Amino acid sequence: MPTPSNASSPASADAAAPGDGAPASLSPDDAPDAESYTAPNRTGHFGRYGGAFVPEILYPVLEDLKAAYAEARVDPEFDRQYRHLLREYVGRPTPLSFCDRLTAEIGGARIYAKREDLCHTGAHKINNTIGQILLARRMGKTRIIAETGAGQHGVATATVCAKFGMDCIVYMGSEDIERQRLNVERMELLGAEVRPATSGSQTLKDATNEAIRDWVSNPTDTFYIIGSVVGPHPYPMMVRDFHRVIGEETRSQLLEIEGRETPDAVVACVGGGSNAIGIWYPFIDDMHVALHGAEAAGEGLHGRHAATLAKGTPGVLHGAMSVMLQDQTGQVEIAHSVSAGLDYPGIGPEHAYLRDLDRAQYHPVTDQEALDGVELLSQTEGIIPALETAHAVHLLPDLARDLGEDAVIVFNCSGRGDKDMETIAKHR
Amino acid sequence: MSRLDQTFAALRSQGEKAMGLFLTNGFPNPDATLPILRAIDDAGVDFIELGMPFSDPLAEGLPIQRSSERALSHGVTMDDAFDTAAGFRTTSDTPLLLMGYVNPVLKYGPDRFCERAQAAGVDGLILPDVPPEEAGFIADAAKRHDLDIVFLIAPNTSDERIRRIDELASGFVYAVSVTGLTGSALSGDVDAYLKRARSLVTDNALLVGFGIKSHDDAMQLSEHTDGFIVGSALINRCAEVWDDPSLTDEERLDAVRTFASDLKYGPAAEVA
Repeated sequence: MPTPSNASSPASADAAAPGDGAPASLSPDDAPDAESYTAPNRTGHFGRYGGAFVPEILYPVLEDLKAAYAEARVDPEFDRQYRHLLREYVGRPTPLSFCDRLTAEIGGARIYAKREDLCHTGAHKINNTIGQILLARRMGKTRIIAETGAGQHGVATATVCAKFGMDCIVYMGSEDIERQRLNVERMELLGAEVRPATSGSQTLKDATNEAIRDWVSNPTDTFYIIGSVVGPHPYPMMVRDFHRVIGEETRSQLLEIEGRETPDAVVACVGGGSNAIGIWYPFIDDMHVALHGAEAAGEGLHGRHAATLAKGTPGVLHGAMSVMLQDQTGQVEIAHSVSAGLDYPGIGPEHAYLRDLDRAQYHPVTDQEALDGVELLSQTEGIIPALETAHAVHLLPDLARDLGEDAVIVFNCSGRGDKDMETIAKHR
Repeated sequence: MSRLDQTFAALRSQGEKAMGLFLTNGFPNPDATLPILRAIDDAGVDFIELGMPFSDPLAEGLPIQRSSERALSHGVTMDDAFDTAAGFRTTSDTPLLLMGYVNPVLKYGPDRFCERAQAAGVDGLILPDVPPEEAGFIADAAKRHDLDIVFLIAPNTSDERIRRIDELASGFVYAVSVTGLTGSALSGDVDAYLKRARSLVTDNALLVGFGIKSHDDAMQLSEHTDGFIVGSALINRCAEVWDDPSLTDEERLDAVRTFASDLKYGPAAEVA
């Protein structure tokens, strides 16, 4: 079996072996191969992006976290616990489903769905919360905080807190509490306290501000489980590592099904960008694999939107340098998307970097196009995707026709749409 | 020797503690900021931190968060902060620093920002979300334009790191009194931390801030420092009097003058 060029440690290669069924190892990519992708650097920078722009109180906290994570990611016991939970609790590996009717309907490349919607709690988010809560326990933390937009990360955090018997506080924008009522009920049932963020746009950005304020006030006992590849170093790298299992499974499954390890294109939606990085990262050195991200264009790029890479400029939001929606004076602008999970004026620093490198292409997708994507996948495949995921679905027809019948496309079916049924029904 | 260094040296020789006051530019409204700065200057402030409002001030408690929202609702920009500073400088030699989150500074452009700040008579910068490790983008420009860069330490900052911050900082080192937001309640064990900080900060003056609401708080916390900084309590007092429609502007400024004087010298009744 050819070793994935970026998963060069023996542990990774073994773990990604087809048929094993076990999620991949977390071991670092430390091969001194100048050709391979090595970001971030030691200080957490992805080119000009990333870093740790945080109040001093958090600096020692991040130093501790970096040290603890550096130990954990090479500790076989940590890896064993993580893999065990992904298999026995999350239900990994998730299937790579051939979308035969969608493929026939479009008439082009063969389309596969990586079924993260089948993860326990209904989205990819739990891969990361499992990893982070194991780390929190290892560090002796007793109290967990999180921010959430659509509520999927909040639910995934509340779930692992219930599983491990830890206190859990989830910050959520008041507007999101309204439009994602079901997930609020789920978090509360799981024993978490949902605290509304009432400032600013009352969405994910403001929930993140409140979570950071809590963290600044409780740096000793509290672990902040960040839900995307955003925030100060080491979060973007760590959250990526906890999600790369998505892409690693995809590689080995594709080899089994198609007899090839790499598809022609991998498609994912991008808000903060965790599911996209998770499925892309193991393909990042395979330059023939096109990486396509769908950003939320809301009402369109001339209206209210959340298309950060299309319309944003470099800046610092929530502890990292990246690209963000801001006005001429550097004040953060309020994003809009029908999908609460993409309704964020920033994006993970690694995505800004991949865009600048021209390694990934990002496409704005409107609310209406996403709603149409929900219908398309529901009616051809019997899979009701989350509104976030539906942004990625929208990219499939054009891409599949462009690439033609010999090509293979994988899209990350990052979450299921149950939580969005009210919003979807309202717009039909 | 910078204006800040001179101020701290002079106070130290007189055995006095320095009082720094923070006010958000554009708060409580754009016309009131400069008169308030002049009022607190009359009352004996030793240096001023003029806040540059930001939409997402993530280390701030509610008073300063709200002051930023209020200032931004008036459309206040970075240029207005330079105007306020320049206006203050026409009548006073009291040191003035600009304090705020990094993003508006980045957007303005670090070089242009420092150039304008110097021209407006600004003495230094405090960017609370920029630890020394990330300050490279502005350090040279600040130096070129004779602007001090103040860095912060916190109760959980290690000895080694406090020493390093002291080496990198200029103007003073800002000791955050609590592991919390601005305006937090003070904790009991701050004394040992400030004593430790005092022994480690040798190149710069050491000032303590966060959670100081009264003269007693100020004197207690300043025991091991060169002085103290108050923000939220001043913001709260300004909000009270500016939101009281029965008061004239002169009465409001009197109230602020009294607040600042009481903070520094103790309530007038006790002095008498």
